[in-house]
Amino acid sequence: MIKKIFFQLVFFNLFFLKGVFAAESGGMPQLNPEFWISQIFWLTLTFGILYVVLSKLILPKISANLELRKSQIQENIEAAEKQRESSEAKLKEYEDIISKSKLEANNIFKEARENVLKEINAKKETLDKQIDEEVKKVEQEINLLKKGASEKINKIAIETTSELLVKLIGTEVNNSSISAIVDDLSKRNGNKYYGN
Amino acid sequence: MAANPMTQFEVYRIGPEIKVGAFDISFTNASLFMVVSSLAILIIFNLGSKKNSLLPSKIQLLAELSYTFVSKMISDTAGSKAKPYFSFIFSLFMFVLFCNMFGMIPYTFTVTSHIIVTFVLAAFIFIGVTIIGFIKHGLGYLKLFVPSGVPIVLLPLIVVIEIISYLSRPISLSVRLFANMMAGHTMMKVFGGFVISLGVVGGWLPLSFSVALTGLEILVAFLQAYVFAILTCIYLNDALNLHH
Repeated sequence: MIKKIFFQLVFFNLFFLKGVFAAESGGMPQLNPEFWISQIFWLTLTFGILYVVLSKLILPKISANLELRKSQIQENIEAAEKQRESSEAKLKEYEDIISKSKLEANNIFKEARENVLKEINAKKETLDKQIDEEVKKVEQEINLLKKGASEKINKIAIETTSELLVKLIGTEVNNSSISAIVDDLSKRNGNKYYGN
Repeated sequence: MAANPMTQFEVYRIGPEIKVGAFDISFTNASLFMVVSSLAILIIFNLGSKKNSLLPSKIQLLAELSYTFVSKMISDTAGSKAKPYFSFIFSLFMFVLFCNMFGMIPYTFTVTSHIIVTFVLAAFIFIGVTIIGFIKHGLGYLKLFVPSGVPIVLLPLIVVIEIISYLSRPISLSVRLFANMMAGHTMMKVFGGFVISLGVVGGWLPLSFSVALTGLEILVAFLQAYVFAILTCIYLNDALNLHH
């Protein structure tokens, strides 16, 4: 729309001005064929040289530059991708190692604990056994002593009784009957004397 | 005087008259700006392709962005078959763009505001595209003028219209660029003249218009170069991928 108005203006001006300056100049210089050949010649020459230089020298260089940049950028992207991948792999490896070593440490710790516990248990058991044995031994000894003591006491009692009887009565009493009495006594009252 | 908006399009000799046979090929201001534009393109793109750093410099970025821009334009409109013609279309686009842009500098000459220049370019494209079409498809290229799915009754008319539209391609292509450039520059000159004639009191309005027009003209300069290149691609597409 604006363009149309402009062109109408121009056209109007052209008509207007052409009338005014008709005497001064010969209308449009473009239609004056005086320099047409010259213009065609110089156009062909300059445009020809421009075309040849551009197509043979400059445009291939620009295209090569563009290609090179493209491939370079592509390469860089690929390299970055590769590095990223390798670093990710390394990170994974590292994490694996850490988790593995953690597990190992845990295992070692557990094993060590079990070992120590086992050892402690074993030592405790052996110690318990020793203690038990010793206690048993001592008990046996005590029992033995106890038994021996009652018998000895009985014997002493029998002998003493027979001696006493000889002195008191003057006659010898059968030892076996005395021992029967003593045994009976010790059985009835033994607990009183050698009670546990 | 300079008040005539058409004097800016006048071609004049710079230096001596050079004649080859009956032809005058003198170096003119038009030739000067063709050389300047070409040199500017070559210098910029040479600097932009000299060394390749992974992080491109500004000029390298400019060159590479232009390269990818044109390359994308070609592959979008003409497909992958048009790859061999990339350098031609790139040169064409850059040449037209730089000529248009140099024309935007005050007191310069706009090469593309001359019908003969744009017509030579358009005619070269037209002939080249036609030759490519006949090489690729032989006489089958004539099928371009016979669209499929048209009722047989209408066919003679359609074929005539297609042929006319095909033949008018160089004219429309050249006149589009030429007229746009000429109209824009004339208009700017006219408004510039108004600034002078209206003076300090009333000159501010046309001056602001002139400023706005300069922006518009820079846009048009780019756009017309783009249109010129993209139409070339479309014509090339017709010649390379014949499907109608």
